[in-house]
Amino acid sequence: MAEKKKQLDRRWIFLTIFLGVALPLILKIGLPISVSENVRNVYELVENTPPDSKVILSFDYDPASKPELHPMARAVVKQCFQKNLKIIFTALWPMGVQMASDIVDQLKDEFPNLKYGENYVNLGYKAGGMVTIQAMGRNLRAIFPQDMNGTSIDELPIMNGVNNFETIAFVISFSAGDPGIKQWVQVAHDTYKLKTSGGVTGVSAPAILPYVNEQKQLTGLIAGLKGAAEYEKLIRTLGTATSGMDAQSLAHLIIIVFILTANINFWIAKKKEKKK
Amino acid sequence: MKRKLPLLLTFFIGILMIISEFIPHKPFGSISGEVENWFLIISGFAIILGQLSLFKVNWFKIRYKEQNWQYYIITLVSFIVMVALGIFWGTEKNPGLLGNGNQISAFIGSKPFDYLFDNIYQHLQATMFSLLAFFIASAAYRAFIARTFESTLLLVAAILVMLGNTSIGFLLTGWIPDSLNFLHLPKITEFIMKYPTTAGQRAIMIGAALGIIGSSIRIILGIERSYLGGD
Repeated sequence: MAEKKKQLDRRWIFLTIFLGVALPLILKIGLPISVSENVRNVYELVENTPPDSKVILSFDYDPASKPELHPMARAVVKQCFQKNLKIIFTALWPMGVQMASDIVDQLKDEFPNLKYGENYVNLGYKAGGMVTIQAMGRNLRAIFPQDMNGTSIDELPIMNGVNNFETIAFVISFSAGDPGIKQWVQVAHDTYKLKTSGGVTGVSAPAILPYVNEQKQLTGLIAGLKGAAEYEKLIRTLGTATSGMDAQSLAHLIIIVFILTANINFWIAKKKEKKK
Repeated sequence: MKRKLPLLLTFFIGILMIISEFIPHKPFGSISGEVENWFLIISGFAIILGQLSLFKVNWFKIRYKEQNWQYYIITLVSFIVMVALGIFWGTEKNPGLLGNGNQISAFIGSKPFDYLFDNIYQHLQATMFSLLAFFIASAAYRAFIARTFESTLLLVAAILVMLGNTSIGFLLTGWIPDSLNFLHLPKITEFIMKYPTTAGQRAIMIGAALGIIGSSIRIILGIERSYLGGD
């Protein structure tokens, strides 16, 4: 009982978290960011791929995960364009199509010479999850006979010679759950031996980390906003993930302070009860 | 017959798919490919079925004035509006039944469907997700109490991972020389995530996989029949 009485009103917690998140976003502290091995592996996968290679970027998330996954997706797409890789956008989530289009729109000013159908194509969403990937591995043209605008893929130069995963250099999935990165690993990598990598939300990272192993089922992993900020550092572009990391760092620190306060209260209450 | 036919079909297709995994040659390979195509077609129809189901469930809740029935009106109206805007004026690059709605687009800046998607739907979803930060903070304050040895272990691991996953972890231990880099908070976090967490996750994954195999066999053999509705 004593423990409960000592507990802080949660409205104070909400207010502190609000200030902890809002102030760094306004004031921009610029805390340092260290790059982890997993993120560097994704970066090197893109960096070491020869120019003009065709790659698949799968947008397997919706606006709910946009603040966390969009910055990393934007950073990877930007690096792909910088390296002159030809991007085939797909989506296992219906809203993923819009997410991919949004990023391309954001980068159009930086890459004014990009041509739809030559440098990139958006094949759109296809229902079916894992089975869709299996079918893509057998015959991609049968699964995506048209792009998202209804244009036949035979008319798009980027799709010349793309019949399955054989001509694809790698696939990167930005994933907020199922279907997503797990299905790409299990089918694209395990069945078709296609190099697979990706980015996930911070909360789902522990479930995906077992695939980053000696067999390289996943070539690196970008986990959460921190991973996105690390990627932005690697491509030397300070974006929303970098500024968001200040807010996240401070919010984590506030949570830790609250946890410690709760524990101190608990121990004091316990000691008092023992004395009685 | 009404129940036996689906059971027989399930048994036949299930066995066929298992065989095709081990013998990916003709005729098994091509048959399993064909079955996968059926799955994709059914998945497409499942989306329509889901939408009809959403409409039906909400409609009946409003019709019979169930508890909080007013909220279901919002769901239903939002659903109808988005579907109607998409059908009549299409989306970004696809025209609808009434064309592109150029006059409306000139007034609001984009097509009506895209306007609502960009300015309402996206922000609502992001808001719902962002609210987690507040609830997690409150829950962590109440739940992470070192009552037992196990909870203390969890508490220490949580604090280390939280610190290591932020810039503050790097800031606090960045000064430690490279010869002692195992004391760097980001390294400690990496270790916790790479070994104990991954080991635990693998155990869960193996357990879940065995569970899936078990229930798949039960479905194929017709022992588990709940998918038929009932039993």
